[in-house]
Amino acid sequence: MDMNANSSAPVRRSRTVCLAAVAVVGALGLLSGCGGSSHPKPAGALSPGVGQTLPGFPGASGTSGTVAVSPPSAAPSTPYTSGQPSAPAAANAVTIRNFAFSPAALTVKAGTTVTWTNTDPDAHTVTSKQGSGGPLNSAPLTTGATYSYTFTAPGTYPYFCTIHPFMVATVEVTP
Amino acid sequence: MTEHADESNGGGEHGMTRRQLVRHSAWFGGAVVLSVVAGEVISHIPGSASAAPASSADLHFVQVSDSHIGFQGPANMDVAGTFGMAVNQVNSLGFRPAFVMHSGDLTHLSTPAQFDQVKQMMSQLDTDRVFTVPGEHDSIGDNGPRAYRQAFGQDTLGDGWYSFDTHGVHFIALVNTLHLEQLGHLGNDQIDFVRKDIAGLSSDTPIVIFSHIPLFAMYPTWGWGTDDAVQLLSMFRRFSSVTCLNGHVHQLFSKTEGNITFHSARPTCYPFPKPGQGPAPLPQVLPAGRLKDALGIRTVNYWQGNHALAIKDEKLA
Repeated sequence: MDMNANSSAPVRRSRTVCLAAVAVVGALGLLSGCGGSSHPKPAGALSPGVGQTLPGFPGASGTSGTVAVSPPSAAPSTPYTSGQPSAPAAANAVTIRNFAFSPAALTVKAGTTVTWTNTDPDAHTVTSKQGSGGPLNSAPLTTGATYSYTFTAPGTYPYFCTIHPFMVATVEVTP
Repeated sequence: MTEHADESNGGGEHGMTRRQLVRHSAWFGGAVVLSVVAGEVISHIPGSASAAPASSADLHFVQVSDSHIGFQGPANMDVAGTFGMAVNQVNSLGFRPAFVMHSGDLTHLSTPAQFDQVKQMMSQLDTDRVFTVPGEHDSIGDNGPRAYRQAFGQDTLGDGWYSFDTHGVHFIALVNTLHLEQLGHLGNDQIDFVRKDIAGLSSDTPIVIFSHIPLFAMYPTWGWGTDDAVQLLSMFRRFSSVTCLNGHVHQLFSKTEGNITFHSARPTCYPFPKPGQGPAPLPQVLPAGRLKDALGIRTVNYWQGNHALAIKDEKLA
């Protein structure tokens, strides 16, 4: 690897000529090459795009060899649950497993409460497809969390996971 | 362009020889060093002689990605701890990066508390400035985008996009996790912003584009792509060097299309399987002690002269 790279160096070197002007501009930035010490930083090292203000925020000052990891500023979120605590193993339950809704097409009668249960290690949502005007709008479901919705009006309800929008499914509600 | 045949097909670890992989893995986090030299970003495996002499003309910056603060599960029982280690690693590089870019999925569930925690942790980074782009986990529901913008979106345009310059390199930070339509999506407003943003740039200006979701079709079945990226990238054909740095896929991957090279970064939380391996991009539970091998940071150096060890990931056209 090293030999190959070395052998190619002359090729690159010839190309660095066009970089010279760029590097001069960079020198004005006066980025300190080693260790963090002097503050404040010289202005102009980072400049916003035309007509913009520089976003982001300044990094830490000083030479912190260690970082104190602050604890969460809020208690760990408890698994989200809503509606019925236990989803009956009937035709009104949808399991989220391996980034898919199962069954992907569910048919229920009007008045049925459907419960989704997330068994994945990642979070998902149950959300009516954009433009469908549907009512499904769950909070993010962590592992083991459930979401329930009672369908009152017949119709077709396409939905998806807003975090993983390739996950799509449908509930068909019959009279 | 073809310095190293073994690396020329990209593909992260796929493209390495066994010897390279051993060296690669021996380094904590297995970071790939990218260097902008003569207008091109090149990558190489960190080695003993890879450190270039520091110079005020050099640009060093760092990319970290996919911290998922708030995740709780067997794939990583302490995502805050591993992100803290990544912060320490950045602070121990031996140089002070000009900036650190977090390329999205700062949080797992977009809650204000999670945003606050990750912001506090990133404020420990010893750097001039910290930038971010949002991931889809930072964009959940109606409140996610708002919470992200409140925490990180000051002085950004539109849905949170922006650009900046340093050392002659033009950087563009994009948002492709809102308005998802099966895949990542940029939208016309953002594409118009980029069109105007680059209109006055000389074609030999090195361009670096940050986004969370890849701008190339890495694996659309798992949502690993951006549906209107071609519209965006077509505007960059005139530039001699365009480098797109993304997160989202939780693994190293490189790909070159014409003048544009894409590099997917390692996460700081947990790995995903390679595309198509298994049913879904499920958080991978690794054997005890192996998790750190799958996590890491990325440093990018822009310097003149000493680049003898540089290896460029480039697909043979």
